[in-house]
Amino acid sequence: MAAASTYKLSATRLNRLFLAGELSAVEITESVLQRIKTVEPKVTAFLTITAERALERAKKLDSRRRAGDTELGALAGVPVAIKDNLCTDGVPTTCASQILKGYVPPYDATVVERLHGSGALIVGKTNMDEFAMGSSGENSSFGVTRNPWDPNRVPGGSSSGSAAAVAAEEVPISLGSDTGGSVRQPAALCGVVGLKPTYGYVSRYGLVAFASSLDQIGPFARDVEDCARLFSVIAGPDRRDSTNAGRTPPAIKFGGEPSLKGVKLGVPREYFAAGIDSEVKARLDEAIRQLQALGASVAECSLPHTEHALAAYYIIAPAEASANLARFDGVKYGHRTSGASGLLEMYGKSRAEGFGPEVKRRIMIGTYALSSGYYDAYYKKAQQVRTLVMRDFEAAFAQFDALVTPTSPIPAWGLGEKTEDPLTMYLADVCTIPINLAGVPALSVPCGFAGGLPVGMQLIGKHFDDHKLLQYAWAYEKVTNHAAARPALEGGL
Amino acid sequence: MTVKYEPVIGLEVHVELSTATKVWCNCKNEFGAAPNTNCCPVCMALPGALPVLNARALEYTVKTGLALNCEIPHYAKFDRKNYFYPDNPSNYQISQLDLPLCVGGHVEITLADGTTKQIRIQRIQLETDAGKLLHAGDDVAEADSSLVDFNRAGVPLIEIVSEPDLRSAEEALAYLNKVRSIIKYCGVSDVKMEEGSMRCDVNISLRPVGTERYGTRAELKNVNSFSAAARGIEYEIKRQTAILEDGGEVEQETRSWRDAKGISVTLRSKEEAMDYRYFPEPDLPPVVLTAEEIDRVRASLPELPDSIMHRMMNEYGLSAYDASVIVAEKEFAEWFDRAVLLAGKANAKAVANWQTNELNRVMNARGLGPDQIPLSPEQVAGMLKLIEAGTISGKIAKTVFEKMIETGKDAATIVKEEGLTQVADEGELLKIALEIVAANPKVVEDWKSGKAGAAQWFVGQMMKATRGRANPQLATKLVTEALEQHAGQG
Repeated sequence: MAAASTYKLSATRLNRLFLAGELSAVEITESVLQRIKTVEPKVTAFLTITAERALERAKKLDSRRRAGDTELGALAGVPVAIKDNLCTDGVPTTCASQILKGYVPPYDATVVERLHGSGALIVGKTNMDEFAMGSSGENSSFGVTRNPWDPNRVPGGSSSGSAAAVAAEEVPISLGSDTGGSVRQPAALCGVVGLKPTYGYVSRYGLVAFASSLDQIGPFARDVEDCARLFSVIAGPDRRDSTNAGRTPPAIKFGGEPSLKGVKLGVPREYFAAGIDSEVKARLDEAIRQLQALGASVAECSLPHTEHALAAYYIIAPAEASANLARFDGVKYGHRTSGASGLLEMYGKSRAEGFGPEVKRRIMIGTYALSSGYYDAYYKKAQQVRTLVMRDFEAAFAQFDALVTPTSPIPAWGLGEKTEDPLTMYLADVCTIPINLAGVPALSVPCGFAGGLPVGMQLIGKHFDDHKLLQYAWAYEKVTNHAAARPALEGGL
Repeated sequence: MTVKYEPVIGLEVHVELSTATKVWCNCKNEFGAAPNTNCCPVCMALPGALPVLNARALEYTVKTGLALNCEIPHYAKFDRKNYFYPDNPSNYQISQLDLPLCVGGHVEITLADGTTKQIRIQRIQLETDAGKLLHAGDDVAEADSSLVDFNRAGVPLIEIVSEPDLRSAEEALAYLNKVRSIIKYCGVSDVKMEEGSMRCDVNISLRPVGTERYGTRAELKNVNSFSAAARGIEYEIKRQTAILEDGGEVEQETRSWRDAKGISVTLRSKEEAMDYRYFPEPDLPPVVLTAEEIDRVRASLPELPDSIMHRMMNEYGLSAYDASVIVAEKEFAEWFDRAVLLAGKANAKAVANWQTNELNRVMNARGLGPDQIPLSPEQVAGMLKLIEAGTISGKIAKTVFEKMIETGKDAATIVKEEGLTQVADEGELLKIALEIVAANPKVVEDWKSGKAGAAQWFVGQMMKATRGRANPQLATKLVTEALEQHAGQG
């Protein structure tokens, strides 16, 4: 029997109730669509809502269940939202950019296929910073998404809509993409769980590329178990992505007494340096004490090249982006200027009209960094720094099972507060960027509030230790009540 | 004293590999399909699509490298070459900058005077072909609009870069023919210039004869045939010589060859040179090849033209020239081997003669390609057997040869139908000889007075009377007999 609050249930719960025949997929979908209708005006997390498609799938799922099909999948009956840089066959995929306004892909991303295969019901495409470039969601060319905890604050970015939709209980789970923190940072700022999987665990086929060597699709959820469930569905081999590792993650089991006995945790001092909000630091200190209380051994450590990671990232990511975004030229798809008399003018105007300022900035930085005569000083140097950052992690993981840091040095800031100063905005990702450079997994789990705004703790693991991070986070979540906290959207904004 | 200049030429040869599918996706690699029918998200560079290396394209590249005596490094990588052009859907080409699949090879070329020369190959890289533009109008500058056909986008392309070891248009042509021939033997491309599956860029500079330092080079693009390459080189040699002799300096630039007009024009000056902003392709892991994998490809190599040529010279005593003509085309060599197998080793030289002279002449006259040989090895072997048995003379054989091509029938049938059997009956031939001698007393007098050629004239008359069917040796012998008999009677 569907209750008015069905939408509040976790993905794991919804799946169980659906499989048990206690809730139909249509009932679940309708409840979620109703919730979206109610709060979307206050949050604006979505760019496209695919109500009809979701209901159609839900009906089919219901009849399959009634017919006795027992292979319905780990997300059967579970509504999910996905970031608008994941290609969906027949559904607009815009990357929140004017240059892709109205673009409808003819194919599904691998993760979308996997979602469908698991019985998930995609209810919409979420807002984001244009082409995933940004840390606040404000670079969307289709309007800002608001932080469900405070409508005057940013939800973080670039997966702004996916994080906000989960925090606002519009969907139980969602997908984002993380190139320098774009899943973990908005997860922290919106008070939800977000995982950036090991590079190569989740196929990038059908993810509109920002920086190919850093991009990774990751799940959002309100609790760790849901996050793990979604991760298990999307991760795995895919021959269409040559950078895919071809590995299937081990089955992740939760249960029993939460314990971190024998787990060695390192706390890299560079992540607690100047610039960290004092309340954020206080929440982290408390969280570390709770981890110790769970039996983990905790010791301070150092990742000495951290301070150079941000600079290296802002060479490598724009360099790759400058090539990845070259295909948006007005020739084949997307926006083409109406007023050009020749090829060069058509290229120039189409791109000038189609891309927003942050995207243009990064294309120019990347183009410059790769230019003849500058390559060695910028791109090559940045790759060398990247190697040093990787070695930092290798050295740390020789001693520790995982590292504990804040996800963001500051909680959600006010809308418009940093838009005039890109460098300050870039600093918001200082704790998440080194992880992408190293390709290791990291997740953000809520660890309390600072001035009423959520704070996230980041756990960083070894390559392909994603399941361990989820287990540590689960244990932590069990002994705290942060996962139960919900923003009060009903009161009106 | 005038300075003599020597051209220094290097070639970049592009060859489309004849894999069943494209290099980064599963679309068909075929020539001549309806526009934009062999396309998918990957080769059209739709957002989110990713490349996956075609294992066969990798194998073909390595195979070509081994056939051209290259070293195959165990570690290679792909790079992005960035430039905007509408035929290139991603606006970058996946290519190889510093770690290509093959390095340091060489080929031996044979020149018309029989001398040979080794031309070094610097590298072979695997890259992506672009689509095709169709302009509404005569050329791009005058077109109101252009259409793009992405069927060719993503077809595997290898670039074979020679060292600047070539010194003339003739050498360049010999090199191009040799490379083409080897690639065809390897079966990795159909190397058809007319379908664009083989193209080349020419780098050329001049330097005073006897000096070491290279002059400033020009790169010649849009060279669409081997003969155009030769013409382009000749033109550049003249153009650059004129500049140098005037005391000027050759500009470093990219020039476009206009074959119809027989000139080259500036495409891009050094200042306008493209900055391709190469960087490692992040969507593709490096290629790591083990010694075993390379050896497996090596084991799949067919016998190559140089080796076949030496075999033909050593085993059958063919001249270097005949052997080089035969091995230039894989089909010719196969045809030769089959004909020798059927006609016997003793006939090998005869097979080569007929093939390189008569057959070649007919094929050239009719404009036939190597895959259109109008005569079967069975036919020529049958003919040679008839010659060997004395059934037909070499002279008659020429007629039989033409008729075989004309009708497709075998030699024995033609000889039978046309009554071309050689007359070797002494009595019959002597009778004819005596008749001719009797009928030509004036020439008999010439013969008596020792005039050169008189006896040969009688042999000619014998052949005429027998429509060429008289055994030539026998005819000569019997003419002498008849003349002596006639003289004795007189």
